[in-house]
Amino acid sequence: MKPVNQKAWFLVAPVLLLVAFTAIIPLMTVVNYSVQYVATNAQFHWVGDLWYREVLHSEKFWNALWRNLVFSCIILAIQIPLGVLIALNMPRKGWGVPVCLVLMALPLLIPWYVVGMIWQMFGRVDIGLFGVMLRDFGYNYENDPIDAWFTLVLMDVWHWTSLVAMLAYAGLVSIPDAYYQAARIDGASKWSVFRFIQLPKMGRVLTIAILLRFMDSFMIFTEPFAVIAGGDPVFLSTELKQTVELGQKAAMSIIYFLIILLTSWVFYTVMTRDDGAPRPQGGVS
Amino acid sequence: MARIDLDNVRHAYGPDPKSDADFALRRVSHVFEDGGAYALLGPSGCGKTSMLNIISGLVAPTEGRVLFNGEDVTLLSTEKRNIAQVFQFPVVYDSMTVRENLAFPLRNRRMKTDEIARRVDEVLETVGLTALAGRKARGLTADEKQKISLGRGLVRPDVNAVLFDEPLTVVDPQMKWQLRASLRDVHRRSRATMIYVTHDQTEALTFADKVVVMYAGEIVQVGTPAELFERPSHTFVGYFIGSPGMNVVPVAIDGAGVRIGESRVALPAAPVVVDGARIELGVRPEFVKLGAAGIPASVIRVEDAGRYRVAHLSMQGHPIAAMLREGEKIPADPKVSFDPVGVHLYADSWRVALNGAGQ
Repeated sequence: MKPVNQKAWFLVAPVLLLVAFTAIIPLMTVVNYSVQYVATNAQFHWVGDLWYREVLHSEKFWNALWRNLVFSCIILAIQIPLGVLIALNMPRKGWGVPVCLVLMALPLLIPWYVVGMIWQMFGRVDIGLFGVMLRDFGYNYENDPIDAWFTLVLMDVWHWTSLVAMLAYAGLVSIPDAYYQAARIDGASKWSVFRFIQLPKMGRVLTIAILLRFMDSFMIFTEPFAVIAGGDPVFLSTELKQTVELGQKAAMSIIYFLIILLTSWVFYTVMTRDDGAPRPQGGVS
Repeated sequence: MARIDLDNVRHAYGPDPKSDADFALRRVSHVFEDGGAYALLGPSGCGKTSMLNIISGLVAPTEGRVLFNGEDVTLLSTEKRNIAQVFQFPVVYDSMTVRENLAFPLRNRRMKTDEIARRVDEVLETVGLTALAGRKARGLTADEKQKISLGRGLVRPDVNAVLFDEPLTVVDPQMKWQLRASLRDVHRRSRATMIYVTHDQTEALTFADKVVVMYAGEIVQVGTPAELFERPSHTFVGYFIGSPGMNVVPVAIDGAGVRIGESRVALPAAPVVVDGARIELGVRPEFVKLGAAGIPASVIRVEDAGRYRVAHLSMQGHPIAAMLREGEKIPADPKVSFDPVGVHLYADSWRVALNGAGQ
């Protein structure tokens, strides 16, 4: 028999402790709330899956989820191609590189809430430059849900497209010159160079960009909260904020968390599906 | 297929070159005959890749002209020159299969589909990728990828020239022999002009009919492998080609002979050289004899290279290597003499003609 040394547990203990405090305990607290009814006298009553059923049967929840998904899709559909387009047109060397990078990094440095406030004022139809300019076309984000959507999307594109562009740029500059030279020798068109060299080489960073932008936009909170406090459109996060019942809040948080986790996982698996790993010889005809 | 002329080509990477040292290519004029298999041989940084890129049009020369079949192509783009080039490291289109990779240059030139298929099959066979034809290029090993690059270089039937820039660097040694043999074979069948850049003399000598030896941005000798071995026209060629390289010993001219320290070596004729030139004697180890007569020397060490042994000696304070024949014994008090066939004289590193000495 092999000698058993239980001391090894001490070596794992720090990690266990760390993970316990950063993830497991906070999450379990929420799980705990989500299956209880908290009465006013701080009495906890076991209610089982009541809150979950309530959340999943609530029309407001599904509407919010739907809006979240539509919002994320719109954001990705604009930011990814736009970011790639910007990256393709950025200079590769010379003084233009640092200038471009610094200018593009600026929006990324502004806190979410400040971005919300900036656009709330910028878009106001009475004093905001943007709002006043569009006033004659009937723009008013406070009354018109379409205009509110428009403002939110614009705000997010302004805030985050440069992240996508910078990631794509990082992917582009890592392509060795020999690839472009080979393409010229092979007589490849500009489109072919993009389709067969640049896009595949950007694949990894774009996967990261899509994941980051999806998660972030799916969790959007401060911008709509700042711009359209209380009104439509309501997202999952703002809906969560407005929920009063502690248990229901907890249940909704868990569901929200699981959705993000699941979607991210699906995204990642699908996008890294045919990456690297050599398949067995002769396995493909 | 084309004859390629380099006419007084110079190239500097920095702006505003002044002295010779600013030029990666100092001044090169050379004719690559149509259908020849050439090797550009030289150490790293001697300008061979620059020269290749000037031929393919990836780099525009600072001065001089490039002509294909007599037509000036100096200002023509790479695409229009219709050449194929294989780079040192594999360049493949990851998202395509092996077959699609090879078909790509043909498809871009609007070749007919059935012709593409025929051509691609042929090249797959040549580079030994038939079994992997349907696989995605991503995930293949480095040498498999390099075979794809080679294949893409060979797939176009109508190219003016195929240029190889140290194409077998990432390929493992056993495969190297095989691929080089395939390249020779392709050359024999297609008679395309091929230029092969390498710093490995074995690669150069086995691939090429003519080897162009480059040193410090200049062509120092062009010749068949035998010529380079028998009559190196520059001390660098003697030193770079052959293993071990040629012995180069500083000497002083003394009538129809030269002095090495206190000893004298007779030459067939009195050499004619410019006054004040640096004079050196060059003898390959194969032509150095150890015996009872000649210049006294002491053995430093003997190297066993398997099929032969090399004796390293000190002769009048100069190191000298001698190749020992199988079973040959070193005499107790060795004296060095030279086989007149293998004796060369160099003035300022360039070979001086000696009448009667195998010129």
